[in-house]
Amino acid sequence: IFVQLETKFRREVTATSRHYVDRLFDPDPQKVLQGVIDMKNAVIGNNKQKANLIVLGAVPRLLYLLQQSSSSMELRTECAVVLGSLAMGTENNIKSLVDCHIIPALLQGLLSSDLIFIEACLRCLRTVFISPVTPVQLLYTDPTVIPHLMSLLSNSLRTQEYITQIFSHCCKTPEHQTILFNHGAIQNIAPLLISPSYKVRMQALKCFSVLAYENTQVSMTLVNVLVDGELLTQVFVKMMQRDQPIEMQLTAAKCLTYMCRASAIRTDDSCIVLKTLPCLVRMCSKEHLLEERVEGAETLAYLMEPDVELQRIASTTDHLVAMLADYFKYPSSVSAITDIKRLDHDLKHAHELRQAAFKLYASLGSNDEDIRKKITETENMMDRIVSGLSESSIKVRLAAVRCLHSLSRSVQQLRTSFHDHAVWKPLMKLLQNAPDEVLVMASSTLCNLLLEFSPSKEPILESGVIELLCSLTQSDSPALRVNGIWALMNMAFQADQKVKVEIVRCLGTEQLFRLLSDPDTNVLMKTLGLLRNLLSTRPHIDQIMSSHGKQIMQAVTLILEAEHSIEVKEQTLCILANIADGNTAKDLIMTNDDMLQKIKYYMGHSNVKLQLAATFCVSNLIWNEEDGSQERQDKLREMGFVDILHKLTQSSDPNLSDRAKTALQQYLA
Amino acid sequence: MVVSTWTLQQEGLGFKSSLSCLSCSLHVLSVSLWVPSEYSGFHPKKWIGWSKCGSGLLLTSQFTKTRVVAMSGQSSGGGFLMSVVVHGDSALNEQEKELNQRLRRLYPAVNENETPLPRSWSPKDKFSYIGLSQNNLRVHYKGHGKTPKDAASVRATHPIPAACGVYYFEVKIISKGRDGYMGIGLSAQGVNMNRLPGWDKHSYGYHGDDGHSFCSSGTGQPYGPTFTTGDVIGCCVNLINNTCFYTKNGHSLGIAFTDLPPNLYPTVGLQTPGEVVDANFGQHPFVFDIEDYMREWRTKIQAQIDRFPIGEREGEWQSMIQKMVASYLVHHSYCATAEAFAKSTDQAVHEELASIKNRQKIQKLVLSGRMGEAIETTQQLYPNLLERNPDLLFMLKVRQFIEMVNGTDSEVRCLGGRSPKSQDSYPGSPRPFSSPSHKASSSQPYLTGTVQHYSHHSQCENFTYLWGEKRQEANKRGNFFLSSPDLSTNIHQLTDTISTPMFESFLVSSLSNDVDMEVDHFTNGVTESSSNGFLNGTSKHTTEPDDCDVESAQSKRQLCGGSQAAIERMIHFGRELQSMSEHLRRECGKNSANKKMLKDAFSLLAYSDPWNSPVGYQLDAIQREPVCSTLNSAILETHNLPKQPPLAQAVGQAAQCLAMMARTGSGSCAFASVDDYLH
Repeated sequence: IFVQLETKFRREVTATSRHYVDRLFDPDPQKVLQGVIDMKNAVIGNNKQKANLIVLGAVPRLLYLLQQSSSSMELRTECAVVLGSLAMGTENNIKSLVDCHIIPALLQGLLSSDLIFIEACLRCLRTVFISPVTPVQLLYTDPTVIPHLMSLLSNSLRTQEYITQIFSHCCKTPEHQTILFNHGAIQNIAPLLISPSYKVRMQALKCFSVLAYENTQVSMTLVNVLVDGELLTQVFVKMMQRDQPIEMQLTAAKCLTYMCRASAIRTDDSCIVLKTLPCLVRMCSKEHLLEERVEGAETLAYLMEPDVELQRIASTTDHLVAMLADYFKYPSSVSAITDIKRLDHDLKHAHELRQAAFKLYASLGSNDEDIRKKITETENMMDRIVSGLSESSIKVRLAAVRCLHSLSRSVQQLRTSFHDHAVWKPLMKLLQNAPDEVLVMASSTLCNLLLEFSPSKEPILESGVIELLCSLTQSDSPALRVNGIWALMNMAFQADQKVKVEIVRCLGTEQLFRLLSDPDTNVLMKTLGLLRNLLSTRPHIDQIMSSHGKQIMQAVTLILEAEHSIEVKEQTLCILANIADGNTAKDLIMTNDDMLQKIKYYMGHSNVKLQLAATFCVSNLIWNEEDGSQERQDKLREMGFVDILHKLTQSSDPNLSDRAKTALQQYLA
Repeated sequence: MVVSTWTLQQEGLGFKSSLSCLSCSLHVLSVSLWVPSEYSGFHPKKWIGWSKCGSGLLLTSQFTKTRVVAMSGQSSGGGFLMSVVVHGDSALNEQEKELNQRLRRLYPAVNENETPLPRSWSPKDKFSYIGLSQNNLRVHYKGHGKTPKDAASVRATHPIPAACGVYYFEVKIISKGRDGYMGIGLSAQGVNMNRLPGWDKHSYGYHGDDGHSFCSSGTGQPYGPTFTTGDVIGCCVNLINNTCFYTKNGHSLGIAFTDLPPNLYPTVGLQTPGEVVDANFGQHPFVFDIEDYMREWRTKIQAQIDRFPIGEREGEWQSMIQKMVASYLVHHSYCATAEAFAKSTDQAVHEELASIKNRQKIQKLVLSGRMGEAIETTQQLYPNLLERNPDLLFMLKVRQFIEMVNGTDSEVRCLGGRSPKSQDSYPGSPRPFSSPSHKASSSQPYLTGTVQHYSHHSQCENFTYLWGEKRQEANKRGNFFLSSPDLSTNIHQLTDTISTPMFESFLVSSLSNDVDMEVDHFTNGVTESSSNGFLNGTSKHTTEPDDCDVESAQSKRQLCGGSQAAIERMIHFGRELQSMSEHLRRECGKNSANKKMLKDAFSLLAYSDPWNSPVGYQLDAIQREPVCSTLNSAILETHNLPKQPPLAQAVGQAAQCLAMMARTGSGSCAFASVDDYLH
């Protein structure tokens, strides 16, 4: 019976809705107008009614009436109002409206000369555009739209509010920023910052924050803008005053942050140090809404990321480090029991809060050792990072690993808390399958954990990390290749023979040589670094050279012959010097006259670093106490090395002349 | 709210400003309820009780005297200090001026007569190892500094008044000395000074060597960064939630202490040789933006007031407001408006229309300075009223005398040659609540317990002995202050026959006046002591008259409108007044208020240009308001109607409440000034 009743009820509702739609087709325009007005009153606040009307096809008819020039202005305005009301409903409503091409129709309506009608169209457009389901691009398809909107800005407070709101929601890419900028967004919107209407001020401010974000051109222009004789930065500073609404303070702080990051304002400018930074720290405090705290923390992290002085100031401002610990306490145990609504709210924001806190910790600790210490000493900090690394939310995982990475720059933390909490375990797990952005951070952190003094190095080695790192070196992303080879390089530093052999085996000479011709200089440098670390201590040198000598010598030749930076060549010559230090490996150089000529060439190079490295090499070759040193000395004398060494003793560089003298002494003995 | 959208009807007496304040009575009342819980138990009668002692009495200012003493004490104390030699007096005065200005701006709710603000370290309240210099702002250590037993502290001259709401001072580290064991903080009176702040009960400090905070304990808690030479450390006490935070170089370090007790003194402590710190109690701009922090708290408090829950029952609140508005209109005899208002809000008026109109008529006369007619009309309409109230009659007569001097009273007007047009039209509404240009004086009629004291010291009487020689001297130099020599001779002739010493003395002094006397008046009299009715003299000392008044005062105003006949009438009236005063004294006993009133009025004659004299304020039209209001109240009382409208009482109560909060340590009073709600 109940089901029947409900169906019957629904049928009745549909019937009344149909009646509304039918009236739109009445031949008498006066009755149509009355019908639209009645419809307007019927749909306000009634989502079901809205959905019904959309299903019954009211939208195309309303749009038709709205566009018809024969319709009276009053009718067209009422149509726009009803459409605006329909847009206020669910996301599905918006989708249906957009599908009916409501946007071009309303944009067309803006060409009217009737302000009331324009305002109604703008209100509806605003509601449609601020919805996440509307494609932003629709605002930019017709190139005449933006200039027209700019020209409408002066018409009324309402047009100002709606247009600036549309802009701030539809400016998502650098291209959008440029379009708006080129159409005079700054000059047109700046005066609105001192509008008598709070809503207009607020929306104008939001516009500036999206326009300035990572945009040097906009930011550089903004610093010189005057509003009523006052610099824009000062207007923003005033908007950050503590008696202003939080939303306004926060958005003004964002504007200044973006301008600062775009290098339009110095980081030591008082409006940043004494106003923006304290304002953002305040936003992180417990008394604010969760959304505000998230936004405040993220903006602050972004502001101070590149500047250690700002990090130091923030770390002592208002107990920020301790304040952030509170971000991990959601949902709180209290909210679970007492209030379902609050629990829901807390749950929704819990991830956001945690990732924002991790980001801010990462930013705070990126340079200063004392701050890192303070962070790790915060209650349960390491545990929180460890559990953050394995959270379901990718955003939290990424932020947690960023935080870990920032802290891993501390020798002390690597030795203590990192080991105590076995952070390598979740980190290794994270590396197994993660999106690239997480992998970059995680592998970068791993590099630090594999440093020689890190107590985590051993257990990581045992967990089969070599294979993982070798596979990273084959990645398409240069960042991942660098991190993979970098980690291997760190691992090979003063490592056991066993580890070195394992690295070479696992990586394979082929891959090693591929990396030596990598287009990314960083990758090449780290690969050379790996080779150098592999080729240290005599037995290791001889062993590796005996099995891979030919290929290595080839690679060295190739690099020395190719166009490379001084650093690369220096590193390569150092490898050669290491080879020259081996017992049997020496012969690979001594028998290679071409290589000896190259060494000679570099001894006479204009760059002291290269001269030094080449001299090192020679010095190793002629070292006295080793077998066959006499022969090598003779050969090199014949080749004219002694003359060069004599010349080098006169060098103005004390290191080089010392090194040359030491080498010559080998001949005297 | 209905009240705020009420359209005003124009009546003879403008009242726009006074009605606009009514729209805010909602807030006003919530202010009055905004008391700490422990005081909410007060019986309302207690508040009303204050209203007994006020109305229209003029008492000498005790506050003025204490203030003078305090200031002279300070300057003599500073006399031997180095900086005086270095900067010279003018620089010092400049700094003093800047300090006073900044303190007034930061802490407008503080009544410094009751609770002076800290301005320097106290040379008396310190340990012997502490040396002070630079106007008692610089502190240096002069002990051995071997152990913590050598620690030494100094407190500021005064504790922090609760009415600051938010208090702030800064200390700059000039030198960290040997070990930099400096502590900055707060302590209560009597806490051992042979210690660093924070180590003992009721003592709180932030220490430079380790950055720890010490909360009445020998062991510190990790709090902030360390601080050293060149750093500026600020200490902010929030007297609303009783917390404290510090700042370093303009950055807030976060809450250090909670649950602070009241009446703490700014305190610094040093422990090793070479340590030197400078204090800034407002002498210079602060590094930290404390005003921004105050703005936040002002907003918070005002939001709390705005959101104050009003009665639960529907319409009750509105009808109460309407009653208050109606009674206010009736009280001030805005009869047409009152009638219209009562009609549209469905209320009964408790007074006959005719009666209201009568009062209106009298008020108009008083406010336009036509005192003689006003007295006459009162006697006609309310026979016996003045007979039963001799003090009131006396007050009215004194006012009449003043209006005669002014040339506005009906009796001299008909004699006078001058057209008093610009004088008799009363410039505005009765302004029973403070209006911006007349803060000090206009609030008086409702204020009850507070006194208006343009204290006019009794030096005047000393002039009697100058009678002989001074007069001749003045004559010789032709140095007459009255407009014509003839006239002054005339006055002398008149005064020769008068045997009443007080009046005579003023007439005498009008001829023998010299510069000294004026200087005296300026320094000790009007300029210092005018008080604000609502807040016991803490707010602006505005005694400047309206622009138009200044103008007309500069264009030649003449005694009694310049007519000799009028002057004669005035002098005659003055004698009558004198004898009436004597008569009153015989009948009713001494009355110092009456005596002073008369003396002040007579003092007008001591100046060549009474309008620009230190006692010239009496001639200001605004001074008719208290007289008008007192008379109005007296009439209403005879009809068994309240002598004060409930609205004014509510305002007065709110003001008293704030004063009470300041005394009992509730800091939120700082951000809830009644004036803010009277637009």
